[in-house]
Amino acid sequence: MTISLTPEQSTPLQPQGWLRYLSFSTDHKVIGLQYLVCGFIFYLIGGALAGAIRTELLTPISDFLPRETYNEVLTLHGTVMIFLWIVPVVNGAFGNYLIPFYVGARDMAFPRLNAVAFWLIPPAGLLLISSYFIASAPQSGWTAYPPLSITTPATGQIIWILSVLLLGGSSIFGGINFIATILKLRRPGLKLMQLPMYCWAMLGTSILVVLSTPVLAGTLVLLSFDIIAHTGFFNPSLGGNAVVYQHLFWFYSHPAVYIMVLPAFGLVSEILPIHCRKPLFGYTTMVYSIMGIVFLGLIVWAHHMFTSGTPPWMRLFFTIATSFIAVPTGIKFFNWLATMWGGRIALNSAMLFSCGFIINFVFGGITGVALAQVPFDIHVHDTYFVVAHFHYIVYGGTVFVIFASIYHWYPKVTGRLLNEDLGRLHFLLTFVGFNLCFAPQHWLGLNGMPRRVAEYDPQFELINQLSSVGALLMAISTLPFLLNVVLSAFNGAPAGDNPWDALTPEWLTSSPPPVENWKGEAPLVTEPYGYGTPAGELPLAATSGPELWKLGNSDQRS
Amino acid sequence: MTSLSSSESLSQQEATEAHEHHGDFRMFGLATFLVADGMTFAGFFAAYLTFRAVNPLPSGATYELELVLPTINTLLLLISSFTFHRAGAAMKRNQRALGQRWLLISAALGFAFLAGQMKEYFELPFGLTDNLFASTFYAITGFHGLHVTLGGLMILIVWWQCRDGGRVSQDNLFPLEAAELYWHFVDGIWVVLYGILYLL
Repeated sequence: MTISLTPEQSTPLQPQGWLRYLSFSTDHKVIGLQYLVCGFIFYLIGGALAGAIRTELLTPISDFLPRETYNEVLTLHGTVMIFLWIVPVVNGAFGNYLIPFYVGARDMAFPRLNAVAFWLIPPAGLLLISSYFIASAPQSGWTAYPPLSITTPATGQIIWILSVLLLGGSSIFGGINFIATILKLRRPGLKLMQLPMYCWAMLGTSILVVLSTPVLAGTLVLLSFDIIAHTGFFNPSLGGNAVVYQHLFWFYSHPAVYIMVLPAFGLVSEILPIHCRKPLFGYTTMVYSIMGIVFLGLIVWAHHMFTSGTPPWMRLFFTIATSFIAVPTGIKFFNWLATMWGGRIALNSAMLFSCGFIINFVFGGITGVALAQVPFDIHVHDTYFVVAHFHYIVYGGTVFVIFASIYHWYPKVTGRLLNEDLGRLHFLLTFVGFNLCFAPQHWLGLNGMPRRVAEYDPQFELINQLSSVGALLMAISTLPFLLNVVLSAFNGAPAGDNPWDALTPEWLTSSPPPVENWKGEAPLVTEPYGYGTPAGELPLAATSGPELWKLGNSDQRS
Repeated sequence: MTSLSSSESLSQQEATEAHEHHGDFRMFGLATFLVADGMTFAGFFAAYLTFRAVNPLPSGATYELELVLPTINTLLLLISSFTFHRAGAAMKRNQRALGQRWLLISAALGFAFLAGQMKEYFELPFGLTDNLFASTFYAITGFHGLHVTLGGLMILIVWWQCRDGGRVSQDNLFPLEAAELYWHFVDGIWVVLYGILYLL
């Protein structure tokens, strides 16, 4: 049974059908998908740039790209992947789609601000890419360290700064919206400690966004003065201090790692219980771990700067603080394992990608703790060991979770299931390709191959070629995924409203959901992870969880 | 069918309820934004203090600044916070004319501050690119001056909205309260800035 919207609720200015995805829509579900598709397009662009890097590194000499172009490519690759793919998708896309459901609201706290935040992203991305065609793209890496960023061609660097400022603004607006939605827009009767874990992850992430992104923005404005007005803030030859830039930059960019990975922690905490049919293990410790990571994440930035003349007391402090982060992160890791332990695991694509995440992430975490130790860090600083480490975190960690989430929530968005065979092929290619690409880079780094250089010692040729084959597999892995997403939208098996028998609120409505999220009152879900007990025995309020789901089903059958 | 329509009306009722409470979290959102804005200043102050601690100025350059004009400016801003508060109190009692007068006074004080700032800029013995202190001084005070300019324009907009039949009324004080919160924030930042840049 379908009911059309009441006239009061539909706004005539908003286009209907697929056109609304190209419009200034204020519907959080539309905005979430806008973030996701826009981000994925930039993922393909960033992937093509990565392909250019791996092609260049097939041979020890610089033969595929001019050296300057190689610098432009690696700068654009980093910036696109971080600011236009991972941050917008893992925050903006899933956050916008899921958070209003999870707090029992019909939209975000500030719907128009939400649309503004999204529509800052496509122009910023086009601006960044266009720098390549206008003059030359920035060449100083995604970190834009001065004096390199002051001495490389100015036009590209200024365009880069403008683009990152726009993206930072988008990120701050999004963060404000998430904080207000989670803290202020909760359905009456829903307590903070009853929220699905992704809400906590997004709350922590948004706190980091609001506290740290403005510092980056201010720093980049000062950097632009150095480039345009020839001030000397970060220019040692004019009496300035380049290390201050590094401090301010990493005050944002280390928390940015958690901005990229905390939401992934949250998403995987939603996916695991459903496909293991067990409650999330250690809910309270998860919450405290997230907040612990938020606090520690703000006071560890200088571990990126152990070779920048950092004084010994600072090295000591930042080594200890960084090592401490392993504690809350380890708690979360063991909580996920305990959630799966003894569960009835459905090894579908969503679950495979989640398990892949756990494996990759714990590996990246171990190398992270190693890198926090000053003696080791000094040995491998700016080598491929670091490149391998952070790709294990942001790709092996976050991007795996993005794919897991797409397999998990695709039926919610479209009402159809993705093809499992193609999904498993996608996982196999991604997992093998990813590990083949990045695991050998640890060895390269330990043996002294520096990052960001187009030429290298010929003894590293074979390992680099292995790594490039892995990159090729990763590129190929995108094909079954794209095929799957497009074909399943038309021919996928109908999913029904709740194909996973999930208890979180977004599944207690039709798939795809109506504009107002639920026909009738929003459900009060006080136990989002009440799996493993017969539905009748769950201590749930009358309008909550399974009853409402049953109601939804009978409604569909009649 | 009856149950459906009742649930529909329920959802509408809920939506209007949420709408009524909307003012609350708009202020909350603004406060969150001001935390973010404050972090930008915190970054600038941290940079300034670090520069000052580790980067010696070239010979002849000094951190000393003329204090009379900036102190008067500080007083102007502090008084404007007070007058803005009076404007809000008047509007709460629905005394539009009085509220508008206090708003005009606040805006005038804000623009007087900017004029004083311009006078100081013209009289200073150093330019933007002279040395690290000069650059930082102009960047921080300039960024703050941008905030004062926006705040002054905001006050004028609110002043216009406070006229008879305007958007701001006893029942809808949000634009005024938002501008007031922002203005107090800008004043507070100035007090910190004055302490760090002029007195320290």
